[in-house]
Amino acid sequence: MTSSNLVYLVALPLFTSALLMLLGRKSDKWGHILATLASAGTFVIGLSEFFAMLARPEASRAVTQRLFTWISVGDFQVDAALLLDQLSIAFVLLITGVGTLIHIYSIAYMSHDRDRRRFFSYLNFFIAAMLLLVLGDSYLNLYVGWEGVGLASYLLIGFWNQKSEYATAAKKAFVANRVGDFGLSLAVMIAFANFGTVTFAGVEEKVAGANETALTAMGLMILLAAMGKSAQFPLQAWLGDAMAGPTPVSALIHAATMVTAGVYLITRSNFVFDNAPNAQLAVVIIGAITLIFGAIIGTAKDDIKKALAASTMSQIGYMIMATGFGPAGYAFAIMHLLTHGFFKAGMFLGAGSVMHGMNDEVNMRRYGGLAKVMPITAVTFFLGYLAIIGVPPFAGYYSKDKIIETAFNAGGLQGVLFGSVALLGAIITAFYMTRLMLMTFAGKRRWSDDAAPHESPFLMWAPMAVLALGSVASGYLLYSGKAIVNWLAPVVDKAQHKHEDFLPPSVVSALAVTAVIIGVSIALAKYRREIPVNAPTDVSIWTRLARRDLLQDDANEFLFMRPGEKITQALLATDEKVIDGAVRGVGATMLGSARALRKTQTGYVRNYALLILIGALLILTAIWVVTL
Amino acid sequence: MNLLTTLGALPLLGAILIALVPTAKATLVKQLAFAISLLVAIVAIFSALGFEVDRPGFQYVERYSWIPALGINFQLGVDGISLALILLSVILVPVVILAGWNESEGGRFSVKTFYILILILETMMIGVFSATDLFLFYVFFEAMLIPVYFLIGGYGTGDRQAAAVKFLLYSLFGGLLMLASIIGLYVISGNQIGRTFDIEDLATLQIDSLTENFLFLGFFIAFAIKAPLWPLHTWLPDAAKSATPGTSILLLGVLDKVGTFGMIRYCVELFPEASKTFTPMIITLALISILYGAFLAIGQKDIKSLIAYTSISHFGFITMGIFAMTTQANSGASLYMVNHGFSTAALFMTAGWMISRRGSSTIADFGGLQRVTPLLAWSFFIAGLSSLALPGLSSFVSEFLVLVGTYTRYPIAAIIGTFGIILAALYILIPVQKALHGPTTPGNENLPDLQRREIAAIAPVIAVIIALGFYPKPMLDLINPAAKATITKTGLSDPAPLVRGGNE
Repeated sequence: MTSSNLVYLVALPLFTSALLMLLGRKSDKWGHILATLASAGTFVIGLSEFFAMLARPEASRAVTQRLFTWISVGDFQVDAALLLDQLSIAFVLLITGVGTLIHIYSIAYMSHDRDRRRFFSYLNFFIAAMLLLVLGDSYLNLYVGWEGVGLASYLLIGFWNQKSEYATAAKKAFVANRVGDFGLSLAVMIAFANFGTVTFAGVEEKVAGANETALTAMGLMILLAAMGKSAQFPLQAWLGDAMAGPTPVSALIHAATMVTAGVYLITRSNFVFDNAPNAQLAVVIIGAITLIFGAIIGTAKDDIKKALAASTMSQIGYMIMATGFGPAGYAFAIMHLLTHGFFKAGMFLGAGSVMHGMNDEVNMRRYGGLAKVMPITAVTFFLGYLAIIGVPPFAGYYSKDKIIETAFNAGGLQGVLFGSVALLGAIITAFYMTRLMLMTFAGKRRWSDDAAPHESPFLMWAPMAVLALGSVASGYLLYSGKAIVNWLAPVVDKAQHKHEDFLPPSVVSALAVTAVIIGVSIALAKYRREIPVNAPTDVSIWTRLARRDLLQDDANEFLFMRPGEKITQALLATDEKVIDGAVRGVGATMLGSARALRKTQTGYVRNYALLILIGALLILTAIWVVTL
Repeated sequence: MNLLTTLGALPLLGAILIALVPTAKATLVKQLAFAISLLVAIVAIFSALGFEVDRPGFQYVERYSWIPALGINFQLGVDGISLALILLSVILVPVVILAGWNESEGGRFSVKTFYILILILETMMIGVFSATDLFLFYVFFEAMLIPVYFLIGGYGTGDRQAAAVKFLLYSLFGGLLMLASIIGLYVISGNQIGRTFDIEDLATLQIDSLTENFLFLGFFIAFAIKAPLWPLHTWLPDAAKSATPGTSILLLGVLDKVGTFGMIRYCVELFPEASKTFTPMIITLALISILYGAFLAIGQKDIKSLIAYTSISHFGFITMGIFAMTTQANSGASLYMVNHGFSTAALFMTAGWMISRRGSSTIADFGGLQRVTPLLAWSFFIAGLSSLALPGLSSFVSEFLVLVGTYTRYPIAAIIGTFGIILAALYILIPVQKALHGPTTPGNENLPDLQRREIAAIAPVIAVIIALGFYPKPMLDLINPAAKATITKTGLSDPAPLVRGGNE
């Protein structure tokens, strides 16, 4: 099936973005309205495509649109073409839906910023790039969107780049993503060398004929790409710093959508991973490490945005781990991605609402008792909280529970190991989220007198309320009747695998709920008492490590930055002294001999003539070398 | 039809016309030079429309006997690659004149001389890309040095005289090696098919592999100096740092392409066997250039040297693409030449404006320009994104084609080369951060943003960069047949995909 509407999903926000940039200050007055309408427009198109898809029989749900020949050289044929199937529509609705809510929220949140129009132009650009990422029908089309969202992220993290550390944060994100791009580039090259095509359909068709080594290599390169984009260990260090961007950006890009692109990429490449078990295992391990890593960092952060960022890293770890379990896990990874999109975006907007009322204060030690003054924010945040820690029947309960179950079902020692890691993650999640809630909304006020916390305006709390509804209901809706599993099966589980249960689902659920209770109890015991306004310094080495992000920046500095600087300095010296030095040496010798020759000859000798001599000598040397 | 001669003669006639204008009328000279170069560009673009992309071999062929006793002809013709490079040249000249409206002032020679030199250079550029007689090519190749020498030494900044001499000596050295090879080739042709410099005839010679190897080296070293390949590169940063931005654009954007163009037209096509023999060595040098150039760019404190070193990295990609000898890599390399021309032009242009406003080319002297001069900052940023090959911009297409085309034959080389994309992010984003972000450096608060003239110069270049990123087809249609012909001459064919057919 083809559809001629897909291109508008990308074109509408792209042109709006360009328009706002080109018109400049002239569009300051209405730019944000236009951008919000453009985003809402994409949501409407997305919905209509969704309903059209629902109306079609399962076999013909996917639609494509070929736009034009993009790159054509010999056998390397890449069309600019879009593909909307059951997997991409889920993302389209998430991106445009949450994206539009965040546009609306930002109208109020950014109302005092002199560059609000520029902000909205970036947001629209992001929507366009992100939609291209999930709609591209080939790895190379995806790459354009992939780098586009990276650019949008760079621009938005550095939106207030007059502050040097914000500019540094933006650069750090881009460079970490480029390391991932190294992987994506090589994955495309491996695909072309093996299959002669880079479209998803083309690779899938031929994948059975490839040898496993090639597929493992391709899978690992895809994983590297996903690690960069989705802040997975060891490329995770940029995400915390990315909180330098305005909070709506943190909600949209660095929580709900862009950072989950790695999960999309792996799920989209399911045909590669399903034939490369070693690469799959690597995916699971990376996901498992990150989900614990992020959760631990989350326990020690006093900056509300950084705590949420650590949580995002951890939650995406869950999703990545789930994709590593193959057809049994893809649907649940996507399900968690969608529910996470609701509750995490909602909580980030809540954090923004708190900051909005608190003079942009982000230190939770200076919050306290905010539930009384910001009731709507507190309630919506609380619903998101219940969802993320996995309290039944809130959204995260269903999605996380299913991932834990899938982990155990992997079977054998591995299953027990990864299942336990997932459970441990659930305990820590419940702990740090309860800590965050208590420090922010409960207890006595700890804010200074010049802060005057107040509830945010309607334009801000309305999107929060909508997302809170999602935090409540999305899990059950996606779960009931295996809705998401059946919906995605034509894309990720064509063979309709039967899965054996290692533990009965009810046991896993009981374990998960127990994990929540443990985590919450520890936090309640620890943070019910008075919270010091200044972070205590006489803490254990573990707390200090967690506060320092488990040394992620120190490691990068030690392993890459310092050696990189050393290499640069060494090469600078080599270039100046050795290479150019040799050249200058030759030059000086030549001039010297020219002077000498000048003395012996009656006439004068031009350098040109001398060069002929030297040239002839070199040719003779060359001949001699070649004949050796 | 003698379209190429007409096109090549136009700038020269323009130079003569300008010579007749009184030296004092500087503005008139500038306007005339701009008008002439614009005319040349328009004539070239319209002529190019008549090019038949699917016809093999040279088109617009002209042939006049020049020195019959030696078998030398004045012989011109273009294929897709040379036409693409001629278009690049003639489009960049008016852009350069417009962008650097005032850079001709304050030199050792008059404003008038500057434009005469530029227009003479334009004639040489058209000639060097369209010559199909080896001797004629050599004449253009060497004659080109003269205007460039005076442009660097006469109008630049800093130690311009030394930089100009260094450039000249390097080039002469390479030229001499090439001359030796040309003579060798000529002698062989005399023995086999009768004395000729016709490059299509020369390609049919049967040369024993020893002789072929050293004839090849003579050409290759000359070209590796021109499009500087490590370790023959040290003249370039000096020249780029000293020359005016406009001269640098023509130097890096067009003249250095004579080197990479020569590698295709003369090294690979005339000596396919020797090319294959030296491929491992050349790809190694190309990889060193990619990484070395990138690391040195990261370490530069001067914005002009930084751009020069990024170009060394880019020339590494182009050279690797040429010698990987697959259609993707070869087309990618040729497209890279064109794209690099535009993106380097954009970088040098915007850097030049920053420098002339601030009176310094040290990156640390800038800071916070995004808020002071937003248009200038955006232009520089987009140019930088093009240099780091952001998907969606033109350089991505060419860089990726080079990498994917190299991968199918030399996967390890492609993997090492791909590290270049990480370093590229650093060498662009570091100066972007230092110059455009952060608090505004004292003294920069009142720098003026782009004027209308400057916008008119940068806008078309950025438009081309974006347009060719999304729709490179017109350029690829032009280049592909020529690239395919080159690969056919090497006797190689593209490695087939490892997996054939559908589900086995």
